[in-house]
Amino acid sequence: MNEVMRVATAAPKPRLNDNRRERLGLLLLGLLLITVPLWVPLVGGYADLASRVLIYALAAMGLNLLLGFTGGLSFGHAAYFGLGAYGTGLMLANYTGNTLLALLAGTALGGLAALVLGPIAVRRRGIYFSMITIAIGQMFYFIAVRWNGVTGGEDGLSGFSRQPIFGWPLTSTHFYYLVLGFFALGALVLWTVLNSPLGHTFVAIRENQKRLVFLGIRVERYVALSFAISGLICALAGSLNALLDNFASPDDLKYTLSGNFLIIVVLGGMRNFWGPLVGATIFVLVQNYVSAVTQNWMTVLGLVFVISVLFFPLGVMGFFKRRQRH
Amino acid sequence: MLLDIIFNAFNGLIAGSFYALMAIGLSLILGLNGVINFAHGGFMALAAYLAFTLVPYVGFWGALVIAPLLTGGVGYIVEQLVVKRLYLRDPLYSLLATFGLALIIQDMLRTIWGAQGLPLAIPDFLNQPLSSTYFFVTGYRLFVMVLAVVSTAGLFAALRFTRLGVRIRAGNKDLETISAVGVNILLLRSANFMLGIVFAGLAGVLAAGQLGLTPTMGDQLIMPSFVAIVVGGVGSLLGSLLGGLIIGVASGITTAFYPAGSEVVIYLIMGVMLIARPRGLLGQEGLFE
Repeated sequence: MNEVMRVATAAPKPRLNDNRRERLGLLLLGLLLITVPLWVPLVGGYADLASRVLIYALAAMGLNLLLGFTGGLSFGHAAYFGLGAYGTGLMLANYTGNTLLALLAGTALGGLAALVLGPIAVRRRGIYFSMITIAIGQMFYFIAVRWNGVTGGEDGLSGFSRQPIFGWPLTSTHFYYLVLGFFALGALVLWTVLNSPLGHTFVAIRENQKRLVFLGIRVERYVALSFAISGLICALAGSLNALLDNFASPDDLKYTLSGNFLIIVVLGGMRNFWGPLVGATIFVLVQNYVSAVTQNWMTVLGLVFVISVLFFPLGVMGFFKRRQRH
Repeated sequence: MLLDIIFNAFNGLIAGSFYALMAIGLSLILGLNGVINFAHGGFMALAAYLAFTLVPYVGFWGALVIAPLLTGGVGYIVEQLVVKRLYLRDPLYSLLATFGLALIIQDMLRTIWGAQGLPLAIPDFLNQPLSSTYFFVTGYRLFVMVLAVVSTAGLFAALRFTRLGVRIRAGNKDLETISAVGVNILLLRSANFMLGIVFAGLAGVLAAGQLGLTPTMGDQLIMPSFVAIVVGGVGSLLGSLLGGLIIGVASGITTAFYPAGSEVVIYLIMGVMLIARPRGLLGQEGLFE
């Protein structure tokens, strides 16, 4: 850890010019997101669609901490997303009318699961790690499908709806701002982590794991920590998703959704902080419009996977940033 | 009660045979091609549907041979078009590409043959129960197990005694070296990919005779096959076989006591294995890491 910190602090600081551009970009992005309810109907969208984009983007950004910045290829992050969704739904349906409390409970449930399961998954690395994460994810899927009495089984969990927060009714537009607030919070957490010594350690693991082992760093612990943080963010996104739909489905836990999160990350650009937001925008729009046009939307989605992997492995952000990469 | 347990364990053994056949194919491809073939379940279902179409023309036995081989041919084309381009890249990309292929194959099957379940006709004499006094075991189930054993034994023999097999095993150990001594590793990998897909196809046709056909039939079998590989140990074909049978039987026995837990138990076994012995039953330490 100390060694990494020394290396990390010795790394050149970004130039002022970069910093200013980054801040300007962030400001523009913020303005764009805040004004969404004003302009989104003009381009044929609606507030719930925008909420979905932010939710998927948040989940994918969480996943990207592990995938893009720590180098851990998890194919099971839908599990934590789904646990968040079920946790929130069960709280609202059975125990409380407080939306924020339910959100907190769902997020905590998913985050806790990631914290406990991370250390098991990281016992193996590489391709093996992916297989283990898929299998762990599927375990939760089958629990949700089979535990009828609590989860509603294959039909999913319904019978709850988001309640007003302090008398503030959560209409579609209001809910969008709630999602945006949590999106910003999640992004802030991830940004802070990535710019801390901890984040530098994550990146160092991605770049050269062997060397870190030689430096005496317990790599598995750090990967497990990255796993837990990214799972927590996914759980937050899942909780929001349950509130958006007023519904939690077993599909929220399924490996297919994990695959979707991965392709969102890859589409947008793995090594880029905001890449997943771009990827989520493309993904949700494609899914939404194609499924309205043709029954064979799965083929289209599959083609998106294959084509983006074959021809745009760096994603949209990577494609534009290729020249100015260090 | 004891009979009940034995019956369910035997059922589990059948399911385990399917898992094992799938896991062996996956394991072959993972070993030499370095690809987790997510489309394996898709190929399996494809073979089953091809068999369904072929049975009226060539009969069950003909379909059992031709459908897996045809699927292997499709696998070859897919390998040439997509998978081959990803060998030098991060495993993430082949994983995502084969995941996309799985979606495409499943959607195509649904479009061509419909979403409803279809039955695969099997010869009458295989459908007879073997014993009327004890429990209901049809000849087909026994046949599935025998064929799984025979084809696996055949594969092991081929890997041991044929030139292609020796090269595949050598490539698993050290691809660069066999490339340096003049083996065309691209060709070798294509052949190996096809071989893995043929095994998926075999599993598909056999499973169709037992469980019927649905476009999503591969989904139900591919996840336990992953677990079989993890439990058996990556890099060991024998391990994949054992892993498949073990989780099949465990799942079967659980059905006797607590049906709702029959799927979850598979993943619990994997969790226990990872904690107690991370490299799996017969796996080598540090492979693919």
